[in-house]
Amino acid sequence: MSLTATFTVNGVRRQVDLPDPRVTLLDLLRERLDLTGTKKGCDRGQCGACTILVNGRRTNACLALAISHDGAEITTIEGLATDGVLHPVQEAFIAHDGFQCGFCTPGQIMSAVGLIAEGQAGMDPERVREGMSGNLCRCGAYAGITEAVLDAQARLDAQDRSQAA
Amino acid sequence: MKTFDYVRPASVAEAVAAAAAPGAAFLAAGTNLLDLMKGGIARPDRLVDVTRLPGLDRIERSHDGGFRIGATVRNADLAHDAAFARACPAVAEALLSGASAQLRNAATTGGNLLQRTRCPYFYDTASACNKREPGSGCDAREGENRLHAVLGWSDSCIATNPSDLCVPLVALDAIVEIEGRAGRREIPLEAFHRLPGDAPERDSVLEPGDLIVAVRVPAEAAAFAGHARYLKVRERTSYAFAVVSAAAGLRLEGGRIAEARIALGGVALKPWRAREAEATLAGAPAGPEAFRRAADVALAEARPSGDNAFKIELARRIVVRALTLAAAGTPDRVAALPASAFAASTGATLHV
Ligand SMILES: Cc1cc2nc3c(=O)[nH]c(=O)nc-3n(C[C@H](O)[C@H](O)[C@H](O)COP(=O)(O)OP(=O)(O)OC[C@H]3O[C@@H](n4cnc5c(N)ncnc54)[C@H](O)[C@@H]3O)c2cc1C
Ligand code: SF4
Ligand code: FES
Ligand code: FES
Repeated sequence: MSLTATFTVNGVRRQVDLPDPRVTLLDLLRERLDLTGTKKGCDRGQCGACTILVNGRRTNACLALAISHDGAEITTIEGLATDGVLHPVQEAFIAHDGFQCGFCTPGQIMSAVGLIAEGQAGMDPERVREGMSGNLCRCGAYAGITEAVLDAQARLDAQDRSQAA
Repeated sequence: MKTFDYVRPASVAEAVAAAAAPGAAFLAAGTNLLDLMKGGIARPDRLVDVTRLPGLDRIERSHDGGFRIGATVRNADLAHDAAFARACPAVAEALLSGASAQLRNAATTGGNLLQRTRCPYFYDTASACNKREPGSGCDAREGENRLHAVLGWSDSCIATNPSDLCVPLVALDAIVEIEGRAGRREIPLEAFHRLPGDAPERDSVLEPGDLIVAVRVPAEAAAFAGHARYLKVRERTSYAFAVVSAAAGLRLEGGRIAEARIALGGVALKPWRAREAEATLAGAPAGPEAFRRAADVALAEARPSGDNAFKIELARRIVVRALTLAAAGTPDRVAALPASAFAASTGATLHV
């Protein structure tokens, strides 16, 4: 099998040669596609800094073999804003001080986008905290993160309601 | 990481043939295997990707009401399948208490069954470990072993099986469907994982090339749906492996127990079904006395393998608590903190 794979990354089709099958989605994004917004914390599934959306679902890019995800649609932090307008989750993280040093933030934001899409947590802070437990923050910005996720959830709910109306 | 050949078979038969070669391993989501490969603990020459095999990604309901869970069904999809979670609520709760949302979105049923131990010496290639390097010894015996096994361990290995999913599944008499070089066969989950004995390098009864195709939960499992819980003590509230866990299911008839199911996690190298303890509950009134008696029976053979005597009493208490929660009734929805010891039986939270 020739190791060439195609991905749609933030809406753009990218074909990549993978002569070495060891490349993870994380290294593909950071080292081959110059998308360094996705962070490498532990590289072992333990911190969530590398969280991206794969076919709309939040996943740890560090434990995903790129070649195995041939054809996947990938969204990273670089793909959230549209036409220079921040995504509501990004807005909410700024409004609520959902970070300090910012290293975990791309992963937190991508995880929050995934969590809201899953629709399991609603406006329950305990469910939000539990649903975000795969993202560690060494600065301990958790209080602001929870507030930001709840606020973003509320804004997106309101958007949905006004669109449905 | 050592390099490897990557193979993407188009059929189950091709997958079995490709994985039967020495040095080959199946790759599902890779959330355990890639971690082990990065650490040099697993060094496969060939990865056989099972994630696109046709027909393995479905949850099917059989005509008698049982479930057949394909090997590549993702842990999150199984936990959130409404019909499955209604029939097997303790399985959904166990799944949601495991790993993180990101990992559950990727991790598969087959991979979860075959995830390897979290013994830190197994993970450290500079340590002696009979499981990783047969005959090299076991550094856990004289090392940090407070989280190691209290049941079924041997002098050669005192590790535990880390899976949450397997604990309620073994309580519900789940069956593993396997495709191998000699065709299809079925093995009860209870007989699937091996105790260490003197060959701890073999986690399960699988032979080279054997592919898990599906896991079946028989229709009888649904009889416990109204009184089924999973309880998991962790060293932090979420995103941590079990120190000790228990799945409990009760079939109640007028305040008395018609039938009970109990299994323990974090105590042995396999998910531990406590059949004798279950038998003591049949016909007994559902209450603390019967539950404590059952817990004593469940842990009767337990003995510490190191600094872990505390796990024996902890396991007894977790069995009592899981049975108490089960008797109170399965909540309508999995608690905000799934399987947490910090949730009251009403579903409210005791801390924060
Ligand atoms: C940080 C972290 C925390 C975690 N916490 C928990 C936890 O709290 N509770 C818990 O239960 N788990 C936990 N896990 C483990 C996680 O559940 C497993 O890694 C996951 O279930 C493995 O599934 P996978 O599809 O990624 O398997 P892979 O990693 O792809 O494979 C695992 C093993 O199974 C074999 N395999 C896979 N599919 C098949 C098949 N169909 N037939 C035969 N062999 C197969 C592979 O060859 C490999 O040996 C955690 C993992 C991480 C990284
Ligand atoms: S307990 Fe088992 S896995 Fe851990 S070091 Fe000993 S042999 Fe290895
Ligand atoms: S870098 Fe992937 S989870 Fe830490
Ligand atoms: S903001 Fe610094 S690690 Fe989270």
